[in-house]
Amino acid sequence: MPPSETPSAETPQGGAGQPQIVFDQVVKRFGDLTVLDHLDFSVEPGERVTLIGPSGSGKTTILRLLMTLEKVTEGRIDVAGEPFSHMRRGNHLVPASESYLRRRRRSIGMVFQQFNLFPNMTVRKNVIEAPVHVLGLSKGEANERAEELLDLVGLGDKIDAHPTQLSGGQQQRVAIARALAMRPDILLLDEVTSALDPELVAGVLDVLRQVAETTDITMLCVTHEMAFARDVSHRVLMFDKGQIAEEGPPEQIFEDPREDRTKSFLRSVLDNGF
Amino acid sequence: MQFLIERFPLYLDGAWVTVQITLGGSALAFVLAMAFGILGTIKHWLPRAVATVYVEVFRGIAAMVLIFWMAYVLPDLTGYRLDRTFAAILAVGLNVGAYGAEVVRAAINAVPKTQVEATVALNLSWFQRMRLVVLPQAWAQMLPTFGNLVIELMKATAVVYLIGVVDLTAIARQVRDATGETVIAYMGALLIYFLIAQVLIFGMRLLERRANRKLGRTPPGGTGLGALLRHPVVPGAGGGVSG
Repeated sequence: MPPSETPSAETPQGGAGQPQIVFDQVVKRFGDLTVLDHLDFSVEPGERVTLIGPSGSGKTTILRLLMTLEKVTEGRIDVAGEPFSHMRRGNHLVPASESYLRRRRRSIGMVFQQFNLFPNMTVRKNVIEAPVHVLGLSKGEANERAEELLDLVGLGDKIDAHPTQLSGGQQQRVAIARALAMRPDILLLDEVTSALDPELVAGVLDVLRQVAETTDITMLCVTHEMAFARDVSHRVLMFDKGQIAEEGPPEQIFEDPREDRTKSFLRSVLDNGF
Repeated sequence: MQFLIERFPLYLDGAWVTVQITLGGSALAFVLAMAFGILGTIKHWLPRAVATVYVEVFRGIAAMVLIFWMAYVLPDLTGYRLDRTFAAILAVGLNVGAYGAEVVRAAINAVPKTQVEATVALNLSWFQRMRLVVLPQAWAQMLPTFGNLVIELMKATAVVYLIGVVDLTAIARQVRDATGETVIAYMGALLIYFLIAQVLIFGMRLLERRANRKLGRTPPGGTGLGALLRHPVVPGAGGGVSG
């Protein structure tokens, strides 16, 4: 796709508002392995950020920290101007409790590499259960929302199918609809096309392009699809060894990378058939 | 044959008692297995400790010893006498429930972690996660083993004649004592136990089929009704459906 079609012209930068996500000296260790090493970065509301880098560089961990699937080892994360990994107690911060996390992660949705649809539910149930039980929507409202979203992802006719009857690409599009049904402010996309057969990738990416163009959801996207990253993101962060090696608008990162690590990473991705 | 037909009503009375204890014991065992099995999967140490104590205590005691306790020791200690049949139900239920709790715990733990992560991403509470996602998926995993446990439980009820409950085994004994026909008397019991077991197995396979269908899996052994009579080929191991 030619760069002229990129939505990056309307980059929501320099606005008066505060950043939506702030990582402040975040460290994440698994045993002796340091995955994130005193990481600082922030994301503006409505911004679409792509995280690239070699595997093991900590990209996915960032999404998992935001989804509260992991806890920070050191440092802190703020979301929407409020502590997220921590909570206030008196005038200091303590690690967030489960109930605090449950309240705060309401604004965040995630799509996984392996889709993770619930095999014990139809497509419809997959999409409506959380809105009904968590958001308190009526069955009717939830169904309406589900039908709308499944139409958006091109699967309106599969609403009563079973996940096992769908292809990987279709399952992933249902997973996107399921995440969007919760009306998140922030959408985390964790290598959402990596588990798909090559011919199914485009359908999923088209849906995500559409979401990017028609909503102002903040998107954090870990991907190896460089064309997609270039099309939809306002900013690309290149990770290496748990730190940001380089960041910038997609045109600069892909056409004029300054860091050797970025250059060699992009070269290796190109060699793998990009 | 004539011999058995004449005494058929007698055998039927005994079989009815056996069935009552089997169903009552299974119901109790199921409730206990679910409750303590779920407790055993909670991160906090206290519920887990409670589950472990129940499982280890009641798994370790022979059903027969439990039955004697319920029927004779408990009344001595508490002065309160339980109905004999109820005591038998309690004993087999507590015993088999302990095995069942381990089955439930293992089945819940076998639900892929990625499914749990998806429930976190949708912000479901622990209770919602259990009810909507984890238990329905674990259920298909539990059923084959539950089927075995129900049969085991049914067979374990044969010792209740020792506390004076007139079940199928007690009837066979009575018939033998009254007539001296050992072979035929016990042949009658054997046949009826076998029949009850077949009905239980059939019922459990129906449940299994339904559970597998709900998970979008083809029932092992094919879809025809006849498949229920065959022994299932390796029941769908693990929850590897989402790939």
